[in-house]
Amino acid sequence: MQQFVNTLLGGLTLGMVYAAFALALVLIWRSTRIVNFAQAPMAMVTTFIALEVIEHGHSYWLAFAIALAAGLVLGAAVERVLVRPVEGGPEINAVILTLGLFIVLHAAASVVFGNRYRSFPAAFGIRGIEVGGTTIALTGFGVFTILAVVAVMVLLVLLFRFTDLGLRMRAAAHNQEVARLLGVRVGRMLTLGWALAAVVGSLSGLLIAGGSLVSPGYMDSVVVFGFVAAVLGGLDSPAGAVIGGLFLGLALSFVSGYVGSQLVALAALAILMAVLFLRPDGLFAPTRERRV
Amino acid sequence: MLTVSGLTASYGAVRALRDVGFTAPRGQVTAVLGANGAGKTTLLRTVSGLVRAESGSVRFGDRELTRTAPERMPGLGLSHVPEGRGVITELTVEENLRLGALGRDGKVRPEQLERVFDLFPVLRDRRSATAHVLSGGERQMLVIGRALMAAPTVLLLDEPSLGLAPRVVAQIFDLLAGLVADEGLTVVLVEQNARSALSIAHRAVVLNLGRVVVDDDADVLAADEQLRHAYLGF
Repeated sequence: MQQFVNTLLGGLTLGMVYAAFALALVLIWRSTRIVNFAQAPMAMVTTFIALEVIEHGHSYWLAFAIALAAGLVLGAAVERVLVRPVEGGPEINAVILTLGLFIVLHAAASVVFGNRYRSFPAAFGIRGIEVGGTTIALTGFGVFTILAVVAVMVLLVLLFRFTDLGLRMRAAAHNQEVARLLGVRVGRMLTLGWALAAVVGSLSGLLIAGGSLVSPGYMDSVVVFGFVAAVLGGLDSPAGAVIGGLFLGLALSFVSGYVGSQLVALAALAILMAVLFLRPDGLFAPTRERRV
Repeated sequence: MLTVSGLTASYGAVRALRDVGFTAPRGQVTAVLGANGAGKTTLLRTVSGLVRAESGSVRFGDRELTRTAPERMPGLGLSHVPEGRGVITELTVEENLRLGALGRDGKVRPEQLERVFDLFPVLRDRRSATAHVLSGGERQMLVIGRALMAAPTVLLLDEPSLGLAPRVVAQIFDLLAGLVADEGLTVVLVEQNARSALSIAHRAVVLNLGRVVVDDDADVLAADEQLRHAYLGF
């Protein structure tokens, strides 16, 4: 029983991080039909910026805020400077571009921040919380992780569902030409979409880094799991990305806890294959438009 | 008053408009007719800035519109309802309508929404439904309603009758005629369905292979059997 609860809690924390990363991928896919392979190194760069701020003696929270702001700027700059020229061209161009950016950011981070492992502090305890005399597998930082991701999701829902800006962004994502005719500055909306996605990606980077070691490659395994989570939920569905992330985190946690941790990557692949066979549009894809 | 003169534009590699000129008088319906591929849709797309004019000009009152970005059109009082309905099917009916109002000055006025719901009561019943569940006729009502949310002076309509039952077409055209008569709306109506369009139009422009071949009062064109046979097929 105790093992079950601990596996569940571990999976929940992990799943939230995958959910945030998948959400970042989905935000970009929805608006620009690009899978941003550079999401992980972008988050890695902003995490290293946070680490530099902390190592210069500033507080964790200042570093946290600066990293998210850096994500905002980086996301907007990548869209405006690099992605904009290839938009509307063949899809493969954008894919090559984000893969290229992946390599460039990796290399640049190794030069600027060094290639060794550095430890990243956590804002809260990284020991299991004690409940009634037994220590459970949920750390203070784990609780913060879950709350932070939930808060971001709530904010995104509020933005997209209840504000005029969110309505404009959704219109731009779904139908660029009609949105332009209705007065929406589509280019700005796409830049903003990339910026927001990069903030969410940066958050996932900070949450993974908290209390562990970071190196330029520390996010690379998350790319795979985050991508699986996004496909699981349907690349077009933000809610699906979150549920996909949670499902994947729990599934992998149970595989690791009950079967063997060496099978985690294989299990992720098996889940991905199963979803692609059974529901290629993802488990939570919106119904296809009825052709009239 | 919308004045187009000497307009030349291309659709892909094809020169779709050659030296097109006409005037859409204020408070009247100007029908733009012609066969498939005559350049009707490209004409509207060039007027609203989606297609770049190679030469010529589009003027609205004394304002030069040529090469103005399409995003600015609703703010200037022009609403373009594109061909193929242009409903954003992922948004709800009400969200589509609110989007229309945002284009004008970034504000949504509740009384405006009520007015559109009064014109199209079926939209009020389905205001919270996702637009992809609407029928073809309801979608056409939604895009016209959405355009009206921006309180336009000029409405550019591209094939509103496309794929609709004759009864629905008659209903929509009646409503348009009413808006023009009551509120002095200026309408440029691109139509394949020449008979219906001429029934509410004051002026008629016929395009053939990108050139204006007829520019006259609608009743004159409707009465001229030879012209009708030659260009409109009825």
